Amino acid sequence: MYIKQLSVFVENKGGRLAEITSVMANADINIRGLSIADTTDFGILRLIVDKPFEAEQKLKAAGLTVSLSDVIAVSIPDKTGGFAETMKAVSDKDVGVEYVYEFVPRNASHAYFVLRVADNEKAVAALKAHGCELLEGEEY
Amino acid sequence: MENRIFNKEMECMSRKDMEALQLERLKALVDYCERNSEFYAKRLAKAGVTADKIKCLSDIEYIPYTTKDDLRDTYPFGMLSVPMEDIVRIHASSGTTGNPTVVAYTREDMEHWSEQVARLAVAAGATKNTIVQICFGYGMFTGALGLHYGLEKVGAVVVPTSSGNTEKQLKFMRDFGTTAIVATPSYCMYLAEAARGMQDKYPMDMYKLKYGILGSEGSTPEMRAEIENHWGNGFFCTDNYGMSELNGPGMSGECMYRDGLHINEDHFYCEIIDSASGSVLEKGATGELVVTNLTKRGLPMLRYRTKDITNINYEPCKCGRTSARMHKIIGRSDDMIKVRGVNVFPSQVESALIGMTEISPNYLIVLRRENYSDSMEVRVELIDGGLLDRYGELVALQKRIQDNIKNILGIAIKVTLVEPNSIERFTGKAKRVLDLRNQ
Repeated sequence: MYIKQLSVFVENKGGRLAEITSVMANADINIRGLSIADTTDFGILRLIVDKPFEAEQKLKAAGLTVSLSDVIAVSIPDKTGGFAETMKAVSDKDVGVEYVYEFVPRNASHAYFVLRVADNEKAVAALKAHGCELLEGEEY
Repeated sequence: MENRIFNKEMECMSRKDMEALQLERLKALVDYCERNSEFYAKRLAKAGVTADKIKCLSDIEYIPYTTKDDLRDTYPFGMLSVPMEDIVRIHASSGTTGNPTVVAYTREDMEHWSEQVARLAVAAGATKNTIVQICFGYGMFTGALGLHYGLEKVGAVVVPTSSGNTEKQLKFMRDFGTTAIVATPSYCMYLAEAARGMQDKYPMDMYKLKYGILGSEGSTPEMRAEIENHWGNGFFCTDNYGMSELNGPGMSGECMYRDGLHINEDHFYCEIIDSASGSVLEKGATGELVVTNLTKRGLPMLRYRTKDITNINYEPCKCGRTSARMHKIIGRSDDMIKVRGVNVFPSQVESALIGMTEISPNYLIVLRRENYSDSMEVRVELIDGGLLDRYGELVALQKRIQDNIKNILGIAIKVTLVEPNSIERFTGKAKRVLDLRNQ
């Protein structure tokens, strides 16, 4: 039902993103989706990778503050209004969406969205009822 | 912890007898200085003080203060009061600014020093059976050798590991069954963090550590609680106080009740003064500590201004000692920073931070001048990954720290979250303030 997302605390200083992502590259971990939220001082880097548990270990060993959490990965129909409809299905059930970003799973023909919501179970029920396709486990 | 007292006669003396002893020793000291110290003889003559003018302890106020500058100006041996052949040891402070301050000891001074340290080591839990690792840097610094000699006098097993080489320190702790550690609070914490980091390989129950004899820099009760929790297994730490100008460690130390640091009053006569005006304050007041070392002869110290802010409690302690107790150092008169006209001690910031599990106990205060006004930033290390899930939680944490500090200092500051281990660790005294205001 869910996929694993890594959140990494990143200070805003030159070259930090390159350093962190090369930790992944050196461990042969493939980044499939990525988003950064930042302030003037720090940012949170969110990653969807092919080997999340291994990535968490490597990042912690590199001295970073990391967490692993369950997020929803939903397929959005490739048509005008597709995204809006999907969001509406969730908001109709009073589930708040905290952030969304796009990612491309392996062998996928179209994009998926990572959805971080206030209540995972309610959101999943709403999306399934709407007929959305959800990714889970190791499918990415 | 058992309550033991190393020298009952001196540590449990009645107030009246102690004052009589102090007066007798003070007169002898002034007399000694007049006859043996060129430096003090001149100074005492100028102030019109002679030994027979000292009729009661408060007559000490006729004697001028001695400062660190006096030691620097007379570098290296201008304040010696015995021929070099009677000196058996020299120590010096780091001297990061100007000349180092040099101190010298006669054999008798060394014996007194060991006795002073032995008393506080016993109050801190040391016995003949203690195996103690001394993690202070050896060398010119008085901390390591002071504790070394004092603990040997108690009969403890002294392991002089010195500072640094953390993995080796921890290996010896496990392999020797080390029961006590002498370190700065920040290094003791760092060792505990390192030990926890290796738990998979070496579980915490491999350490037999029971007592921490901490010194050389101050710690707040919160930081101490944190250190004790980090080591676990009932680890108990006490603070002690001293400085090279007053022999080194050994002036005062805590007992098991940790309600102030017991002063070795037969050796040290203490006054509290107002830093700015130099006038002596009434008993119990908070101000700068001024100490006269009543028994030191190699390099006597009359009314030395420590620049440390504290107060003294003359009530007997539950442990049975009657010696006066000084409060943990509240701040340094020169560590004190002024931010927008407000007096700020780094220890106040520390007390606002500790107890928060989301961040590490390390912090750095950064001062800047922006648009002709001071700004203060406190950098703290985020260690709790659990907060990353929701951005709002990080912002809330930042705000909570900001509010805590504001409540204590009364001024608005900025809190910056930084990555773990990005604030420099120190094996000696931690540097907590980065002042960029004049850059």
